[in-house]
Amino acid sequence: MKFELPKLLYDYNALEPSIDALTVEIHYDRHHRGYANKLNEALEKHPEFAEGKTIEAILSDVNSIPEDIRQAVINTGGGYANHNLYWAILSPNGGGLPKGELLAAITKTFGSFPEFKTELTKKANSVFGSGWAFLVVNKNKALEIVASANQNSPLSDGKTPILGIDVWEHAYYLNYQNKRPDYVTAIWNIINWDEVERLYNETV
Amino acid sequence: MIYELPKLPYAYDALEPYIDAKTVEIHYTKHHQSYLHNLNNIAKDYPEVFLDKKITQVLTDIDNVPEKIRQQVINQGGGYANHNLYWLILSPNGGGKPDGKLVEAIKQRFETYENCKRELEAAAVSVFGSGYGWLVVDKNTKQLDIITTKNQDSPYSINKIPLIVIDVWEHAYYLNYQNRRPEYVAKIFNVINWDEIEANYEKALLY
Repeated sequence: MKFELPKLLYDYNALEPSIDALTVEIHYDRHHRGYANKLNEALEKHPEFAEGKTIEAILSDVNSIPEDIRQAVINTGGGYANHNLYWAILSPNGGGLPKGELLAAITKTFGSFPEFKTELTKKANSVFGSGWAFLVVNKNKALEIVASANQNSPLSDGKTPILGIDVWEHAYYLNYQNKRPDYVTAIWNIINWDEVERLYNETV
Repeated sequence: MIYELPKLPYAYDALEPYIDAKTVEIHYTKHHQSYLHNLNNIAKDYPEVFLDKKITQVLTDIDNVPEKIRQQVINQGGGYANHNLYWLILSPNGGGKPDGKLVEAIKQRFETYENCKRELEAAAVSVFGSGYGWLVVDKNTKQLDIITTKNQDSPYSINKIPLIVIDVWEHAYYLNYQNRRPEYVAKIFNVINWDEIEANYEKALLY
């Protein structure tokens, strides 16, 4: 079984001006593709292990990964899965507010949508080094905001990510350089709430 | 103690074509400056921790830093110190090979300079996420070694004196090399300032 690079659902320039075309192209075609290729390469050593499993299932149970490829799968499998999510929850038609049950859950957990937005923004800006900030659904089906280092997946802590903000410098450096907070502010204009809601409903 | 941004000993464009002018400018005036700024903010509230101490000394004695600010000092103090060294060990007149006592030590530990270079390159390329590849001297044994650290962790905190530092945070190369970190790491050897590194090595032996 080979993990494949999901098709990007929009053109490289579709997320401008929030994310520039060159960044999307390199991020998707080099970084994301690189994680997919290296994941498949690592799994070649244990073809039976990944057979029939989704990447989400693998990352949810990292202790079952053969030890000699465990860290490689955490890194590259995490990179693969995190980026699958990232491209899916962005859209040129995004922005605005969530609706329905997701909005109700956000309001219940964080007080209001603006308070949620402030908290997730703060979390993304506070990651030191390479990593991510996520909105996740935890084991109690409640929403939570978490950060993770490098490509570590919240799935490995029993949490299902439904929105991910990539704060590796490669996600924004060509356009924003050291100004990560500007990138994090701009990304709210392209969040695909329909997809985040779909993931939320699927998880709870 | 107020720490200061060391003067950059060359112009922003001096390391071209290996490291482009815009990268040097932003790396020095924004990233390095911001670590310094954040460090001084911490030092202001905890003067007794930093009193008369070089930042490398604070990082060496990191266990004595109050727990409440320790991670901040590791991050911001490390970022300040690591970049201080990075700019110093680069030079537009760099490149070539090491000389003198240093090259003897390199041969003793790695057999050839080429082996040492290959190992250091491989280490820097292998860092997953943000961090550094280093050639260091062990403070006790005086042995050379190649290590990696994550984020802004300093070799001083694990009893090593750094000689060569290769910054592999993406901000060190992304504008020019994007995802091609191995190319940046290979090219940086054209601007390695061996005179400075040899002087640091001789000082490290006396430490």
